[in-house]
Amino acid sequence: MSSPTPDHDDLVHSESFLRTLMRRQLALSIACAATFLIALLGMPLLNYFAPGLMASRVGGYTLSWLLVGVLFFPFVWVISYYFIRRSIALEEDEVAEVAQARGGKERR
Amino acid sequence: MTTVPTLALLGGVDPWIFAFSFVTVVVTIWMGFRSAKTSKTASDFFVAGRSVSVGWNASAISGEYLSAASFMGVAGMVMSSGYDALWYPVCYACGYLFLLLFIAGPLRRFGAYTIPDFAEGRFDSPLFRKIAVCFVLFIGFFYTMPQMKGAGVTLAYIFPGMPYWVGVVLVGAVITFNVALGGMKGITLVQAFQYWMKMFAISVPVFVLMAVFGTYGNHLAETAAPGSPAVNVAEIERKTLVDKAPADEAWVSPFGPLTTKAAKAAGLTPEQTKPYSLLYTYSLIIALVCGTAGLPHILVRFYTNPDGVAAKRTTMWVMILIGVFYVFPPVFGVLGRNLLPELYAATGAKGTDKIVLELPRIINERYGIWGSILSGITCAGAFAAFMSTFSGLLVSMTGALAHDVYGRILRPRSSAEDRLKAFKISAIVVGGVAIVLGAQVEQLQINFMVGQAFAIAAASYFPLLFMSVWWRGMTMKGAATGMLGGGLAALACTTLINVSDLKVVDLTAFWAANPLIRILCEQPAIWTVPLAIVLMIVISKATSSDIPADIRMKMLVLHAPEKLGLKQEYIQEHQAGMGH
Repeated sequence: MSSPTPDHDDLVHSESFLRTLMRRQLALSIACAATFLIALLGMPLLNYFAPGLMASRVGGYTLSWLLVGVLFFPFVWVISYYFIRRSIALEEDEVAEVAQARGGKERR
Repeated sequence: MTTVPTLALLGGVDPWIFAFSFVTVVVTIWMGFRSAKTSKTASDFFVAGRSVSVGWNASAISGEYLSAASFMGVAGMVMSSGYDALWYPVCYACGYLFLLLFIAGPLRRFGAYTIPDFAEGRFDSPLFRKIAVCFVLFIGFFYTMPQMKGAGVTLAYIFPGMPYWVGVVLVGAVITFNVALGGMKGITLVQAFQYWMKMFAISVPVFVLMAVFGTYGNHLAETAAPGSPAVNVAEIERKTLVDKAPADEAWVSPFGPLTTKAAKAAGLTPEQTKPYSLLYTYSLIIALVCGTAGLPHILVRFYTNPDGVAAKRTTMWVMILIGVFYVFPPVFGVLGRNLLPELYAATGAKGTDKIVLELPRIINERYGIWGSILSGITCAGAFAAFMSTFSGLLVSMTGALAHDVYGRILRPRSSAEDRLKAFKISAIVVGGVAIVLGAQVEQLQINFMVGQAFAIAAASYFPLLFMSVWWRGMTMKGAATGMLGGGLAALACTTLINVSDLKVVDLTAFWAANPLIRILCEQPAIWTVPLAIVLMIVISKATSSDIPADIRMKMLVLHAPEKLGLKQEYIQEHQAGMGH
């Protein structure tokens, strides 16, 4: 890299770029985390308030056992797959945005 | 048994089991030595030259993560405590999601060798590095104890005459030696190989056992009340439970023996104990989920990914690899309850923690030596489990000692050769301490001890990483106070529980009088994690003039896509600013 002195007035180093960057990424992370946490933290509540339902038997398993011990893993894979696709797309957007801004500036 | 000690030691050894275990150990050591030849420079030892492909890295992370707790402890705890123990495998696997969502990408982009490097880089504070190093060691030692117990239990199973501590010393010495010679480069290969070995060793015996003795579901169905309509009746030959085993109903239901123990000891009625159980459950979940996102020896591996996208892909694969794995250990616990209930009566090295090793052997009753062969395979898996995790921990703790304490604090001007020597000596010191600690904990459950290491990580590293990555207002003083406050509180509570459970100090009467305090000490995460975060916010606000001047650049490096090439720019500017 030829490493010119960084130009602090360009888009990348602006306050607004950093803010949008962090806000977008955090929003995505929080949305995924919320889905996960509602399911995870809801499970003990279901056990607590609906013990009858959770003790009902499905193929020998109690419903609660089946949900926690087996089905929870695929559920989490779905969330993480979605997150990774979205966050890689987000990064590509950002790179494109910066490239566009830099291109525009050179032309001026 | 004869009176000659060596013969007594070998009395009752099953040749198949011995053979499989022996081969595992020899192959592991051989791989260590082989890679020792190819890794020469200091950076090879620390982060494996930073060039590991996604597939290898994901297998290696999983291999390192699936410790004795996952391989032996989960099954043992499901057998002894039932449903409540399921939270462990679920949160061990799902905690990774938190790591992926909030921490993996930014950390990788920031580009530092270790967590102490991150702590120093983010806050420009060498003092903070020292504090972070202490926690690498605290959490590390807590996490090595259950691995050592796994080693002791497995060797006591293979050699029925051998005392628990001999197994701990033997295995500990072998791995310490291996790490001192091989470093991490070797370990990436070995770890990846060991993941697949563990997966094979836990799944194949499960399928065979289910084919012979009935499926997972059918065995669970045995716990239903007699005559209940929901049970699909399949013939399962169930052995009579011993007196010490929990009753079916309590075992298979949520809020069973594990989470109600403290309240029961206080003599509360079943209705009164339920809120306590709920509290215990939530605190456990918080500790495990946040703790996974803060385990130092796991985090170090994110730096071996070539870029941020690869780091994310790696995490995805890790979640799949460990998620699939964690379906199996509870099956051993369920089948073990019906087929091998004798273990409930024993304690320490002979108790339920060895169910994974011993259960396949009952196939011998029907099909000759096949049970021994399968038992040999699970023993080999157990060796892979505690050897790989112990090596990983040893590398990260030794790295902290050699790279940070020696290379940065004690002798900053030491040569590369000196540092390599320091690495080897540190490995021996850390290994020695781990062996001594491991020999003390025969009576504690493997899984329980790992939960404690997670609780400390959850209250120290997790808040540090999470807040430093996402909040620019954080100052060094805030971060250090929060991490020390939360982490030391968790450390004190778990240590107190361990010394009282090991009967070093008798607190039975006190715990019985205060079940709430017992629960909050046994599972401290529910108050220590918020404590750490609140401390961080309050102190950072109070010292807001100390926010690093180039904070915007730091945040940009943490969050902007790597393709923009900001990291290099940041480092150049930073060094220019420091006057180097």
